[in-house]
Amino acid sequence: MTTEIVNVENVSKRFVLHQHRSVKERVVDFRGRNRHRHDFWALRDIDLSVPLGSTVGLVGHNGSGKSTLLKVIGGIIEPTTGTVTRRGRMAALLELGAGFHPDLTGRENVYVNASILGLTRKETDRYFDDIVEFSGIEEFIDTQVKFYSSGMYVRLAFAVAVHVDPDLLLVDEVLAVGDEPFQKKCMDKIASFQREGRTIVLVSHSASQVGALCDRVIVMDHGKMVFDGEPATGIRILRDGYESDRMAEAAAALQAGDETEVTFTEVDISSQVHASGVDVVLDLEVEVKDQIDDWGLGVTLENTLGTVVYAVDTFGEKLDMPASVGKHRVRLELPDLRLGAGKYLVHLGLGSSSGLTYASRSGAGSFNAPDELHGSGLLRVDPAFHIGSPR
Amino acid sequence: MTNPSYEAARRAANIENEAMVSVTPPSGLFRGSRKSMREIWEYRELLWLLVRREVKARYKDSYLGIVWSLFRPLAQLFIYYFAIGQILGAARSLPDFAILVFIGLTWWGLFAEIVQSTTTSVIGNAGLVKKTYLPREIFPLAATGGALVNFVIQVAVLLVAIAVISSYRLSTDLLMAPVSMLIILCFGTAVGLILAAVNVYLRDVQHFVEVAIIILFWASPIVYGFTFVANALHGSWVEQIYLSNPVTISILGAQKALWSQGTLATGDLAQSWPPDLWPRLLITLLISVVLLWIGQRIFARLQGNFAQEL
Repeated sequence: MTTEIVNVENVSKRFVLHQHRSVKERVVDFRGRNRHRHDFWALRDIDLSVPLGSTVGLVGHNGSGKSTLLKVIGGIIEPTTGTVTRRGRMAALLELGAGFHPDLTGRENVYVNASILGLTRKETDRYFDDIVEFSGIEEFIDTQVKFYSSGMYVRLAFAVAVHVDPDLLLVDEVLAVGDEPFQKKCMDKIASFQREGRTIVLVSHSASQVGALCDRVIVMDHGKMVFDGEPATGIRILRDGYESDRMAEAAAALQAGDETEVTFTEVDISSQVHASGVDVVLDLEVEVKDQIDDWGLGVTLENTLGTVVYAVDTFGEKLDMPASVGKHRVRLELPDLRLGAGKYLVHLGLGSSSGLTYASRSGAGSFNAPDELHGSGLLRVDPAFHIGSPR
Repeated sequence: MTNPSYEAARRAANIENEAMVSVTPPSGLFRGSRKSMREIWEYRELLWLLVRREVKARYKDSYLGIVWSLFRPLAQLFIYYFAIGQILGAARSLPDFAILVFIGLTWWGLFAEIVQSTTTSVIGNAGLVKKTYLPREIFPLAATGGALVNFVIQVAVLLVAIAVISSYRLSTDLLMAPVSMLIILCFGTAVGLILAAVNVYLRDVQHFVEVAIIILFWASPIVYGFTFVANALHGSWVEQIYLSNPVTISILGAQKALWSQGTLATGDLAQSWPPDLWPRLLITLLISVVLLWIGQRIFARLQGNFAQEL
C-alpha cells in the first residue's frame, strides 16, 4: 500500500465569464445580467490520487485545464465542487520570480521569495550560499533585480525554488529556463529530488521532458482526464490528438483550393516495418495545369518534436520533371530507414528551382518507427560492445 | 552528504505521520478563523519581510529615504497651523494648537494610510496572489505594517516635539494613547480587509475610498477642537453619533493623553471633553476587535476566487 500525498476528489471548476465589470454597466443592465454570463467548465469531475514519491506529468492542449488543475492542487484556485486534500510541505513553481520586487537587490529578493515558498529565515541563511552558487550570479547578488538580464532573473528564481525543501513540488512550464548548462543543472536537481523521494507534479508541453522525468502521465482534454497511466502511452495519445488536429487543418486547407500551376491530386504514403528498420513509399499524383518547364518535388521527414531527420528534392537529384499539361505519377522509395522509435511526419512541397512554392502539404502523412532494441535516440543502431581487461 | 534512499525513507515516514488536510479553508465561522489565524502566524516572518520590502522599495534610490515619510504630515501641519490656526484664528482658543493638530494628523494618518494601502494591497500583489499559495490576509496585513512604520516615525517626532515645546501631563490618561492606537489599528485593518476583498471584484472601491478619506477627515476633531463641537451640539444625539465614530473617539483619546494644555488650561482656553472617555475607548476597542474578526471572515469568504478575478 503506497502512501498518498495528494487526493483530488470529484473536483470541478467553473469560471463565470462576465462581459462587463463597472457599476454603471451593472446597474443599467441589471435585469439582463444573466444574458452576459457565460459559464465555462475548466475542470470536470477530476479524481486523482498522487502517491508519495511519484512524478506525475500533466499534459494536454492549450486550455485543456492542466494548469488549472495544478492551481487547484496548490490551493491557489478554489474548486467549485469537490475537495482536495494533501499533506506535507508544498512548494509551487508556477512562475519563476513571482515575488521578486524589481527595486530590491537579489539578496533581499532571495529572502522574500524563499519565505513565500515556506522557508524560515534561519533556513534561508543556511542555504543562501548554495542558492547564490547554484544561480551563478555571485557578482550581482547585491544589485537591484531590475538591472538583471532575463536569464539572470529566472536563474536566481529557480535557484531559490529548488533549495526549499518541499515534499510536494508543483511545476508549471518553468523547467526550460536559462542556457544549456543551466538547464542541465536544473534537470539534475529534479532527478535528485526524485531520488530523495519527493513528489513532483509538473505541467509541460514538452513530450520529451515528460517522457524523461515522469513515471505517470495524465492527459487532459477540455477539462477532463482522458488518460492516466504510463508515460509512453500518454504521450502517444497526446500526439495522436495533435496529429488529428493537424489533419483536420490540412483537409480544410485543401478544401480552400489553391489555383496554382502544379498541385497534388493524390497522396498515398505507406510504410513497412521490418527487422532492421522501416521502408517508406510515397505514391503521388501531380497535376500540371499550365505548361511550366521548371518544377520539382521536395520531401522532408520530421519527428514529432519538429526536428528534421531527412530532406530531399528533385532539383538536388538533377531530375527532369515532365513539363506537359496533365497528370503525372511520382513514386519515391525510402528504403530501410534506421530511425529511433516514435512517430515521423512527412511533409511534401512543389516548387520552382528559384524557391517559388506552388503547393505544399505539411504533415501529408506519417509513419511509426518500431521501438529500439538497443539504446535510444534518433537513430536505430545495432551496437556491439567489446569488454575486456586493459592492455 | 546524506544517502538519498535513507533520505527518501525518512521523508516517507514523516509524511505518513501527517494527516491529510483539506486545501480549501473551512468556511465555518470559528473553525475557519482558528485555521486562518494559525496560517498567518506561520507566515509571520514573511509578513515582516513584506513590510520591510514595502518600506524599502518605496524609498529606494532616494537620498533622504524614509525621512520623506515625515514631510507630508509636516507640510500638512504647517498649512493647517497657518491657514486655520493663525489666519482663521482657531489657535486663539486652542492652546498649543500645533501639538493638537499634529496629534490628530498622526492618528488620522495611520487610519487613512491603513485603509488606502490595504484596499489596493491584493490587486497590487496580483502576481503573488495568482501564482503562489499564501494566506491572502498577508497582503493587507503587510500594508497595515507599512502604515504602522510611518506612524511610529511620526510619533517619535511628536513625542520629542511635545517634550521641547510643551509638556507631558503624568497620569493614567497617558495610556489612552496606545489604546487609541490599537483601536485605529484594529478598526482600520477590519475596514481595509473588507475593502481589499471587495476591490478585487469591483475596482470602483479604491476610488471611492480616496474620496471618502478626504471627507471623513473633517468628521474628526483634527484641525478643530472638540470644544467647538461640544458648544455647537450641546451633547445632543448628533454629538453621540459624532462620538460613535471609532476614529473620532481614538483621536480624542490620543489628544487627552498627549495634549496636556487641553486639560490643564483654564479660563478662556479651557477645553471640554466628552464624558466617560475611558469606557468609550474600551468599548470601541472591543467593537473594533469584533469587527476585525468579522472583516477577516468576509475576506476569507471572498478570497477563494481572487486568483481568477485578478
